[in-house]
Amino acid sequence: MKLDSKIPEGPIAEKWTNHKNHLKLVAPNNRPKIDVIVVGTGLAGASAAASLGEMGYNVKAFCFQDSPRRAHSIAAQGGINAAKNYQNDGDSTYRLFYDTIKGGDYRAREANVHRLAEVSANIIDQCVAQGVPFAREYGGMLDNRSFGGTQVQRTFYAAGQTGQQLLLGAYSALSRQIGLGRVQMFNRHEMLDLVKVDGKARGIIARNLITGELERHSAHAVIIASGGYGNVYFLSTNAMGSNVTAAWKVHKRGALFANPCFVQIHPTCIPVHGVNQSKLTLMSESLRNSGRIWVPKKKEDAEAIRAGKLKPTQLKEEDRDYFLERRYPAFGNLVPRDVASRAAKERCDEGFGIEANDTNEGVYLDFSTEIQNKGRQAAYAQGNHNPSAEEVTKLGKKWLEEKYGNLFAMYEKITDENPYETPMKIYPAVHYTMGGVWVDYNLQSTIPGCFVAGEANFSDHGANRLGASALMQGLADGYFVLPYTVSNYLADEIRTGKIPTDSPEFVEAENSVKEAINKFIGNNGTKSVDHFHKRLGLIMWNKVGMARNEKGLKEAIAEIAALKDEFYKDVYVPGSADELNPELEKALRVADFMDLGQLMAMDALQRNESCGGHFREEYQDAEGETLRDDDNFAFVSAWEYMGYDISQENLHKEELKYEFIKIAARNYK
Amino acid sequence: MSAAKNINITLKIWRQKNAKAKGQIETYKLNNVSTASSFLEMLDQLNEQLINEKKEPVAFDHDCREGICGMCSLYINGRAHGPDTGTTTCQLHMRKFNDGDTIYIEPWRSKAFPVVKDLVVDRSAFDRIQQAGGFVSVNTSGRTIDANAIPVPKHDADRAFEAAACIGCGACVATCKNGSAMLFVGAKVSQYALLPQGKVEATQRVLNMVRQMDEEGFGNCTNTGACEVECPKGISLENIARMNREYLKASLK
Repeated sequence: MKLDSKIPEGPIAEKWTNHKNHLKLVAPNNRPKIDVIVVGTGLAGASAAASLGEMGYNVKAFCFQDSPRRAHSIAAQGGINAAKNYQNDGDSTYRLFYDTIKGGDYRAREANVHRLAEVSANIIDQCVAQGVPFAREYGGMLDNRSFGGTQVQRTFYAAGQTGQQLLLGAYSALSRQIGLGRVQMFNRHEMLDLVKVDGKARGIIARNLITGELERHSAHAVIIASGGYGNVYFLSTNAMGSNVTAAWKVHKRGALFANPCFVQIHPTCIPVHGVNQSKLTLMSESLRNSGRIWVPKKKEDAEAIRAGKLKPTQLKEEDRDYFLERRYPAFGNLVPRDVASRAAKERCDEGFGIEANDTNEGVYLDFSTEIQNKGRQAAYAQGNHNPSAEEVTKLGKKWLEEKYGNLFAMYEKITDENPYETPMKIYPAVHYTMGGVWVDYNLQSTIPGCFVAGEANFSDHGANRLGASALMQGLADGYFVLPYTVSNYLADEIRTGKIPTDSPEFVEAENSVKEAINKFIGNNGTKSVDHFHKRLGLIMWNKVGMARNEKGLKEAIAEIAALKDEFYKDVYVPGSADELNPELEKALRVADFMDLGQLMAMDALQRNESCGGHFREEYQDAEGETLRDDDNFAFVSAWEYMGYDISQENLHKEELKYEFIKIAARNYK
Repeated sequence: MSAAKNINITLKIWRQKNAKAKGQIETYKLNNVSTASSFLEMLDQLNEQLINEKKEPVAFDHDCREGICGMCSLYINGRAHGPDTGTTTCQLHMRKFNDGDTIYIEPWRSKAFPVVKDLVVDRSAFDRIQQAGGFVSVNTSGRTIDANAIPVPKHDADRAFEAAACIGCGACVATCKNGSAMLFVGAKVSQYALLPQGKVEATQRVLNMVRQMDEEGFGNCTNTGACEVECPKGISLENIARMNREYLKASLK
């Protein structure tokens, strides 16, 4: 299979404009004759469904939650990047483009990333026009803050709830179209297969999660915007329902799956508390604007802290190791996520971890310096040029509360500790997946008519995503890319007419779903779905996690294949197929996670280099930094499904060409 | 941090096969629950136990488990989202309970939120209210005016944000003796009423949203204020007052 990325010719800054100018259009009178399916209602899905509905297409949107407003984009905390240069600190489209390519460790496509940077400013305009209440300064202008991997302030935010506000904005646009009858919404529905007719995507099989009924829905194009696959690790910052099933079904029907091993482990999450833990909670990267990360300099202090004999606040300044500031003075605490995560792991592996759990894995995120700095500023702003220590502390805490109040409250609920008084304990956790379904420049997969957007595709973040760029990409895809590229595809469909759902292809797809469901329901196994999911997660975290090596990856591949066989033999799914059955839903999702987990290990094994979030222990320099191999691995790996045995998948390569940015070692020192 | 310990509890849980079936309270014993676990992790533990006994697990709604998606619900010991204030059920932790406690768990109870199964209810009425007017009618274009072209006073932007922080969980309705959705609708109306972008359609918005709210079978507000107390996001009663003013203004036009 020859991969054609369809990147337009011409200078980088003109590619998208020229491309748009030459895409085919569908006239307004023809749009009502055309059906489009959108799976997922997060930022990418909701914005795509709303925009296509506004244009006049018949849109059917699907989500597994009880409302489109629940999609996990809602949990994004810190912000959204845009090259507005409102802070006059040298930002530009080029700068955002460059930061994103470098942040992704030179494993993303230049043309896609430049387009993302170009439309970033439009996103902010669009959202403000919708009434999204971003944070503002006293003059009424929008406020910004910094995120990792950048030296400018280009992140727009709404306290620690930016994802919520953006998603509710997209949801309001979607709701408007539902109210107008241009989008038909299917809540509590899960896509369980893609239907292809004559090689084109022509519909889906969806299960009504309340009645269990399998439904056939046809369309002229299908958009998958179902999010990422972090839950393959069982413990992640993803929502409990986040899953890879829609994307994986597309893969099984012929779409290539790209860079599955590129996973983002986020440095600042609340550490694991025990065996019954169901998920991990993120503490926004924005906190690294104000917090300083450290562990004790001396091992005996770390031991005393773990034993409860010493409090972090009692440790003197000179006894603390601010290891990010020490190792990366140019970016300090705001290095990219993969760099910060590895540095924390390195300290904990060396015995300096401060968390009193089985693994001692935890480091401090300390706000005391910021409380003093901001408290003094606030006092001066009030005309008090000689504030007392108490006044400074009080004002500093108030400042923190305004910026991060919801995050601090959440931290206290979960840990029972007050982060205004004592440093937060944090540790890296699985957060985001850069890999996903392979798409060309038009966001179309290798199946004609099947488009993939947002976290579900692989296209923009290379081997590591910068903070506040996921929201940007989701909305860029849905608002400003798909409406053009999907229309271009649909221009050839105006004479097709309604796609019938009684064709052999629909019957076959529905039967295969039915068979998979009946197999689980009738299986007389002994162990719960979670039992297997947790075991899969442990293999993934230990062997396909923050640090990987050849031996571990080979073991993981064999272990997952064996676990998959055991899962099908011994899983027990209670209840029936014709009712609300959360255990059945989980079983169907975990089946796909098993396949994907094995593929992730295979992808990590073939990539004999370290880049971004993919760290192979064999490939590091004397200081523990990643060693990329641009001669042999400057490509996108794209895997082709070959059947039940995942080890048989075929690897295809899309070569990455850097014409506008000089490829270089990533340096944050 | 108070060190985590294990407690044994008794659970009294509403079980109902489907929307049409008659439900009843069932009793379960659950041992060795870590006080560091969240309330929903405790329910996971119960379900694991039920599955191992080949019994049907308890269905409940949940997703993000970070207190932001609004999918979790539950009436716990007679209170929406349980005994803690300013908290969703997913952010409630077992350290709030003691060894030997009996905990009652019921679904949201309201005419407009029918039970789907066990503890799962249908809150799609909220979606329909939003569809009736909870938006600014601006199409996607990338050609709206620059985001900084209209300054918004910080105070207004902050109040709009506080109203927009509603997660749509329905605790306000569940806790209200009238089953009123005024806090939910008031918050959405307020968000737009406080921003210049929302002014153009203000009249139609409030009339349409209130009409839909009434059609869905929600009750009226009698200023009891239970909704504000139980709201996990601290949405203020002021939003109801603001909606009433907007409604009055719109009705007189």
